[in-house]
Amino acid sequence: MGIGKPREGTYGVIAEFNNPQELLDAANATREAGYTSFDAYSPFPIHGLSEAVGFPYTRLSAIVLGMGIIGGVSGFLMCWYANVISYPLNIGGKAYNAWPAWIPITFECTILLAAFGAVFGMLALNGLPMPYHPVFNVKRFEQASRDRFFLVIQSRDPKFEVDQVFQFLESLHPREVNDVPW
Amino acid sequence: MSDIDQQSPVHEVRPTTQADKIPARFIPQPVLEPGHTFASVTDHISSIVLRRKMPIGWMIGFGISCVLLMVLGATITKLIFVGVGIWGINHPVGWGFDILNFVWWIGIGHAGTLISAILLLLRQEWRTSINRFAEAMTLFAVASAGLYPALHTGRPWYDYWLFPYPNTMGIWPQFRSPLMWDVFAVSTYATVSLLFWYVGLVPDLATLRDRSRSKVGRFIYGMGSLGWRGSAKHWHRYEHAYLLLAGLSTPLVLSVHTIVSFDFAVSQIPGWHSTFFPPYFVAGAVYAGFAMVLTLAIPARKMFKLEGFITMKHLENMGKVMLATGMIVFYSYITEVFYAYYSGNPFERYMMMDRIFGPYWKMYWMLILCNGLAPQLMWIKKCRSSAGWLLFTAMFANVGMWLERFVIIPESLHRDFLPSSWGMYHGTVWDWSMYIGSIGLFFFLLFLFLRFLPMISIFEMRTMLPEAQAHSEEGGH
Repeated sequence: MGIGKPREGTYGVIAEFNNPQELLDAANATREAGYTSFDAYSPFPIHGLSEAVGFPYTRLSAIVLGMGIIGGVSGFLMCWYANVISYPLNIGGKAYNAWPAWIPITFECTILLAAFGAVFGMLALNGLPMPYHPVFNVKRFEQASRDRFFLVIQSRDPKFEVDQVFQFLESLHPREVNDVPW
Repeated sequence: MSDIDQQSPVHEVRPTTQADKIPARFIPQPVLEPGHTFASVTDHISSIVLRRKMPIGWMIGFGISCVLLMVLGATITKLIFVGVGIWGINHPVGWGFDILNFVWWIGIGHAGTLISAILLLLRQEWRTSINRFAEAMTLFAVASAGLYPALHTGRPWYDYWLFPYPNTMGIWPQFRSPLMWDVFAVSTYATVSLLFWYVGLVPDLATLRDRSRSKVGRFIYGMGSLGWRGSAKHWHRYEHAYLLLAGLSTPLVLSVHTIVSFDFAVSQIPGWHSTFFPPYFVAGAVYAGFAMVLTLAIPARKMFKLEGFITMKHLENMGKVMLATGMIVFYSYITEVFYAYYSGNPFERYMMMDRIFGPYWKMYWMLILCNGLAPQLMWIKKCRSSAGWLLFTAMFANVGMWLERFVIIPESLHRDFLPSSWGMYHGTVWDWSMYIGSIGLFFFLLFLFLRFLPMISIFEMRTMLPEAQAHSEEGGH
C-alpha cells in the first residue's frame, strides 16, 4: 500500500450496515462466498467478528511472554552484575550474591517489558500508527467511530471483480455500497 | 433477582411484571440509563470535549488549581535555591511531609489501576463508566507523588543517579535497598499506567478525530488516535492486549504499595519494622483511592450532567469498596496495637503509647475517627445511596489516610531510641505550600483532562448497550 502514490483502480468496495448483527452476518456470508481479503470495521469490538473475517488467532500472547522473560532475566542479571561483579558492596558481611533482595526489581522489569510487548506488539502487528488509509477516503466512514458498521472487500482479493462484488454486497441488504478509491 | 440478571446482565431493565413482587431496594440499579443508543452515547460524551462550553464550575476550579500550581512553582524554586532545610525535617525526623505526601499520593493512585485492571478481570461491568476517569486520576496522582522523592534528594538535578547506567564514576546503585526497589516500582507503575490509559484512549481519540469540526482538533486527535479505524482484526489484537495489560497491572499495583511499605518495614524503627505492612498498605491505598474517585466523580458527574453514565450504582459500589477496605485498615490499626503489646519489646510498647497518648495524641484519635468510625456509615443503605453522604465519608477518608501516614512516618521517628535525641516534628510553611501545590498540580492536570479528553470510555460504553450483542449463526462460542 504505497503512501502518497496514486494507484489505478480502487482499494476495494465498502458496504455500510446499521447494527453489529447485520455486520456479523455479512462478514460470515462474505467468508462463505469465498472472499479472503476483506475486513470489517466497527465502533467497538464485536465478539466473533474477527473469526468471521478469517482472523481467529493472534501471536500477541507469545510476544508478551517473550518480552516478560527477557525483562525478568535482564533485570536479574543487571542486579547480579552490578552488585556482585562490577561494584560489590560488603554490607554487614552479607553474601554478595544475596539474590532474594533482587526479586522486587526482577519482578518490576518483567512487568515493564511485558507491558511494552503488549502495547507496542499490538500496535506493530496492527500496522499502527498509520494516519492515512484508503478507507478514510469514503466520507461516510466517519460514522465508523460512532454508530455505523462497515465491510470492505479489497481489490487484491483473487475473486475480486468490481461488478460482482457490488452485486454481492447489495445482496446483503446494506444501507449503502460504495467503492473505496486509493 | 437471578431471573432479571440472566435476562439482561448488562443493561438491567426491569420487567414490569416483576415489579410488584420484588421490593424496590432489591431491584438492581442500572449501570447505564435506559434509552441510550450508540449515537447518543458517542454524542453525549464527545460533546463535552468538542461542543459544549465548559461549565462555570470548571472555570473556577481550573482557576484555583492554576493559582495552587504557581504556589508549587514558587516552593520548588525556593527549595532549589535554599535546599531541603526549608522543610521541617531535621534530626531525628528525616522523613516528614515529603515522604508522607509521596505515600499518600501513590496510595490514591492505586484505585485507578484497581478499577481498570482488577475489576476488568473480575468482569465487574459497572467499572466501565469510571475507569478512564480513575486511570487519569492514577497518572496525575503518581505525577504529584513523584515530585516528592525527586525533590527530597536535595539536588534533584542529580536524580538520574538513581537509575542504573554505566557511568564514569564506576559505581552502581545498591540493588538490595528498598529505596532502589521503590525507584523501579514507581517508575514501572507510572509507565504501565500511562500505556494502559493511552491504549484505552486510542479508539476514543479516533471518535474525536471524526467528530471534531476544527482542523487543528482533527489533526491532533488524528495523530493521537494513531490512525485507528476500528478494523475487526485490530479490535481482536486490541482486546487481547488490553486484557494482558490488565493481567500485568494487577500484580503490579499490588507490588507497588508493597514495595512502598518495604521502605519502612525493612528498617529497624519501632512502628515501621513490621511484617504485616504490605497488606496493610495495599488496603489503605485502595481505601484512599476509592475515596478520591468519589471525591472527584460526584462533583464531576453533576457538573457535566453525567448522571446517566455514572449512576448511583457506581457510587454505591465504591462506597462498599470503601467500607470493606476501611475495615481492613481499621483492623490493621488494632493489630498494630496488639503487636506492640505482645512483642514485649519496650521500644515497641513505648512507640504505641506515644502514638496514642503522646504529644501527637490528637492525630491518632482523629485517625481513628476518620478511618475507623466514619466508613462505618457505609453500612447504612441510605448513606451509601446518597451522593452527599458518600462525599462526606470520602472526605473523612482522604484526611484519614493523610493522618495515617503522619502517624506512621514522623511519629515513629520523633522518639528515637535515645531520649537525648528526641524531638518534635512540625511541617513548616514550605511543607504546607508544597503539599497544597501538589494538590494544585493534580487538579490542574485533571481539569485539563476533563477539557480535552473524553472522561468516560466511549467505545466501552457502546458495548454496554444491549444492541451491541451479536451472534454468529454457526455459534462457535
